[in-house]
Amino acid sequence: MARIIGGVTSSHIPAVGNAIANNQTQEPYWKRFFDGYKPAQAWLREKKPDVAIVVYNDHGLNFFLDKIPTFALGCADVYHNADEGWALKPVAPFKGDAQFSWHIAESLVSQEFDICTCQDMKVDHGFVNPIRALYGTHDVWPVTTIPLAVNTVQHPVPTAQRCYKLGQALRQAIESYTEDLSVVVFGTGGLSHQLQGERAGLIDVEFDLDCMDKIANDPLWMTRFSNADLMRRAGTEGIETIMWLVMRGTLQSNVKVIHKHYHAPISNTGAGVLVLENYG
Amino acid sequence: MSWIKHDYDDIPGTYVFDGKHAHGAYPLNKLLFSLNDATNRESFERDPAAYCDTHGVSGSYKELVLEKDFLGMLRAGANIYYLAKMAVPRGVSVQAAGARFQGISTQEFQAKLLAKGDGLAQRLAMREGFWNG
Repeated sequence: MARIIGGVTSSHIPAVGNAIANNQTQEPYWKRFFDGYKPAQAWLREKKPDVAIVVYNDHGLNFFLDKIPTFALGCADVYHNADEGWALKPVAPFKGDAQFSWHIAESLVSQEFDICTCQDMKVDHGFVNPIRALYGTHDVWPVTTIPLAVNTVQHPVPTAQRCYKLGQALRQAIESYTEDLSVVVFGTGGLSHQLQGERAGLIDVEFDLDCMDKIANDPLWMTRFSNADLMRRAGTEGIETIMWLVMRGTLQSNVKVIHKHYHAPISNTGAGVLVLENYG
Repeated sequence: MSWIKHDYDDIPGTYVFDGKHAHGAYPLNKLLFSLNDATNRESFERDPAAYCDTHGVSGSYKELVLEKDFLGMLRAGANIYYLAKMAVPRGVSVQAAGARFQGISTQEFQAKLLAKGDGLAQRLAMREGFWNG
């Protein structure tokens, strides 16, 4: 049976990909941010999960505003990165696992999560950059991936509570798959930031640190926030943090906190890395 | 017919991208989305006004595009991630755009961001278990 070994969180900001591509990770501005990934990288090297389910939001590469699914699951054997308008060189394609994806889709729908299934899905920086930060850049990626896109771009976006419940349903979906696979779930994006409007530049360090502690040890705390309250505290783009709850929902109630790293500011955000491990 | 009010409407300096914004600015966002394609970026660069015309962006929306008025476009309903597809290739980073939204220089905006990290080590030390805390 497939089993979930744990969950990892990561920022997915474009600047992370640029810093890696331009070999800037040891420059003073970036060093502490990237050094804080090393324990997470070591954990992944040791545990060697077969599959990473990456929870992220699309920023206008695969989806346009004509059709915005609230939740969308990649159901393909390969996922391509592409130009998002900035003329950056796309990274190597990612290997998927269509059979596993379709099982997850069937299980989620049977649990009343009526997700959108995608057989052709381009993956943008939201998906790519956490993988690069956690595994380095590769021509052949060392892990099979399944993208799970959450709409955090065009409101109405799902609530924190709904994301947590999706995670719980995803756990059941994964654990009911008959193949012997080890699975890790990445919750990406966040933490507090606002890119738009006169309020741009918002970062709330104390709220970010609360979120990290609570998501690890008391995730229901975060499910009680409305999206309006989350945006008030964490900024309009900080709403992405709801995706961490999808990851958290896939794990046991009590988890082992392997690693907890916070840095601010990085680009326009507060950034957090959590490594949470399920018990035996 | 009217747009209903939301409890996020009173967040200052904030334009939550919802139906009200997405509806009116649909052609503008479609134009911005088209800039994912390098050939389209070249066409837009060559003749922005003609590009607006062929993409159904007219009136006040077209004026905002031609003036590269990023705050104006945002207020008119452009999505910030889509706006970045126009801004970034023109040398306007997201931070530079943020500075424009506030009417300050990019350096001032960046200094304000950096100040958010003041005292980080002490803050982390007051909590349990943070790496390098």
